[in-house]
Amino acid sequence: MRRILVLAWTEVLHVVRDRATLAQALLIPLVQLLVLANAATFEIRDTPTYVVDQDHTNASRGLVTRFAASGNFTIVGASPSPEAANERLLAGDVTMVLTIPRDFERDLVRTRAATVQLVVNAEKGMAAGIVQFYASRILVRYAEEIAPTLGTLAASTGSDRPPQRGVAQLDVRTRAWFNPTLDYRHYMVPGILVALVTLIGTLLTAQNIAREKELGTLEQLNVTPITRGQFIAGKLLPFWVLGMFELSAGLLLGRVVFGVPVLGSPFLLLGVSAIYLVAALGIGLWISTIVETQQQAMFVTFFVMMIYLLMSGLFTPIDSMPRWVQIVAELNPVRHFVAISRAVLVKGATFREIQQPLLILVVFAAVVFTLAVRQYSKRTA
Amino acid sequence: MSAFTGLLRKEWLHILRDRRTLFVVIFMPILQVVLFGYAIRTDISGIRLAFVDPSPDASSIELRNRFAATDAFRLVRVLPNAGTLDRLFASGAIQQAVILDDDFANRLARGLPARVLVVADASEPNSGSAMQSYAVAVIQGFQRELAARGGGVQIFAESRMRFNPTQASSNLFVPGLIAFVLTIISALMTAISLTREKETGTMEILLVSPLKPLEIIVGKVLAYVVIGFVSVLLVVAEARLVFSVPLRGSLLLLLGEGLLYILTSLSLGILISSRTSSQRVAMIGALAGTMLPTILLSGFIFPIESMPWPLRLIANIVPAKWFVIIARGVMLKGVGLDYLWRETLILLVMTTLLVAAATRSFRIRLA
Repeated sequence: MRRILVLAWTEVLHVVRDRATLAQALLIPLVQLLVLANAATFEIRDTPTYVVDQDHTNASRGLVTRFAASGNFTIVGASPSPEAANERLLAGDVTMVLTIPRDFERDLVRTRAATVQLVVNAEKGMAAGIVQFYASRILVRYAEEIAPTLGTLAASTGSDRPPQRGVAQLDVRTRAWFNPTLDYRHYMVPGILVALVTLIGTLLTAQNIAREKELGTLEQLNVTPITRGQFIAGKLLPFWVLGMFELSAGLLLGRVVFGVPVLGSPFLLLGVSAIYLVAALGIGLWISTIVETQQQAMFVTFFVMMIYLLMSGLFTPIDSMPRWVQIVAELNPVRHFVAISRAVLVKGATFREIQQPLLILVVFAAVVFTLAVRQYSKRTA
Repeated sequence: MSAFTGLLRKEWLHILRDRRTLFVVIFMPILQVVLFGYAIRTDISGIRLAFVDPSPDASSIELRNRFAATDAFRLVRVLPNAGTLDRLFASGAIQQAVILDDDFANRLARGLPARVLVVADASEPNSGSAMQSYAVAVIQGFQRELAARGGGVQIFAESRMRFNPTQASSNLFVPGLIAFVLTIISALMTAISLTREKETGTMEILLVSPLKPLEIIVGKVLAYVVIGFVSVLLVVAEARLVFSVPLRGSLLLLLGEGLLYILTSLSLGILISSRTSSQRVAMIGALAGTMLPTILLSGFIFPIESMPWPLRLIANIVPAKWFVIIARGVMLKGVGLDYLWRETLILLVMTTLLVAAATRSFRIRLA
């Protein structure tokens, strides 16, 4: 035990005396957490919209007003020319073009049905679908709204119309459970925090032994009586403390700045973090024992991290991935920890509800630690 | 052989002999395209839906069938009351529930507003709100048809998804991916390779050689320009062959812009390395400092328009943002320099500033 502590202490001194590393390791995650938690949203406000009104009637103008008043759309230009609209789409400064064809009002009055055209810039991916949904919602509401007034319009255009009957209506209400205000930050803060701590922790550990190899100081350690297990444990300990500190500080920050709910027990979460960090840092150390140089360490870490992050369900939902990817994702510790921390914080899950992912994390940590110890050889090739 | 070509040769040997790094650098982009193409979806399908219908009749069954008929939903439960919903949501058996009123059909028939409640598991808000909008869209379709039968008014939306009609996610991700890969390879490898010379003490040898500071930098960096360029070619080719991502604009323009972006990232890498003396600092600075911002602030996954204004401002200094606009413009929209000159100019200015800052802080003398 003493040997582990001594080795850990030298590591602490290394980190503490290297001011730049310390500052980076502590500040980058916290600053990025503050900034990036705001970035990960698909919420759309003020979609820049271009209107091509070829009808110029009360009905068409009314529709444009509804779009402008909805809060989801900002009319940035209008003209009767489709070419001008196309130009703006290509230039990328409008996201949607609403085209109201000639005879819009006449069709409404005569056949009680009319068509408008929506062209959405699908370059924006999922946002495009949401924009389309907002637009069709406005259209349905507007149709209901003008139904009773079509008579007066009809009088002005001089056509007859079918008699008005009681029209069936649906009153649709929506409710979002577990996160009623749909504040994505409550959801992103735990996730981004996990990603950052994992990224920094794995990098620091992966680079650690590789650096000793590169500088030749590993040989000095190899001739000491320290065992392989003690060596790995000693290397792990200081970064584990650093990681725990960062996670706690980040959670506190999330609570204070973003008002992230803590419905479950924070101690449960810290307990899980303790296990998770062994897994994440263990991977770093394992990489470090395999590679020869820091450059290799960094690229292998990067490679692993990229797969971990993109398959963690952090940015995109795992549910919509194909089956085989979901199975592969089961092997991803980041994914399980993200799921656990979201469940504990946002849904108030207790130990019973998270035992399955927790078990996977425990097994993962044990396996990775063993692999790192076995991989590390005190003999030089 | 001049000292300069000697340096070039040395750098090449460094790269070629380090098999592991070379392997990762070449395979990483290829694997990423596969991952993004197959695995990363922002759209949602197969939502597990429960349908609560206390008094089934023709119209409520019609609504239920409409849900069952769309790909977006998978109807997993039809329940007579909402009592068990809590448990189903908590266990994850359902993600969404559509709950009809007791007298749904009755009220509908009499022309009274009939209530429908749509509940979604919003613990993941982005999918939560998407699920809500899918469900409301289905109900609206139903409503429109009812309105038509009752003599109500219908306005149809004829929608077109410009530039990506099938909404394939690979079409959107590939341009962003090129930016991502280039940032990582160019910025990181340069930063690391320069600081490594400092850390192992070989920088001194370079400094006492007759090479000028600019020559040292160019010599060290040129090899990475080539590697970065090869990755662009690989990614574009793979996207085209495997995922048939369109390339509507000019390939030459795309490659030229790619080269410009490589230079931007390289100069960022040089700047980082000239400010640091250990690989560890350079590594964390480059990786932690560029990886998440490139994912989150470039418009690669999340639309920049949705962000609050301070972030929209910050996004402007992320070079990847501009390159993503350019790459999507060329690949998906097929536009040329006449539309993209502004973004190109911004990248040019950024590169110039970064190069100037880097050469200024690169010192020939040791501290």
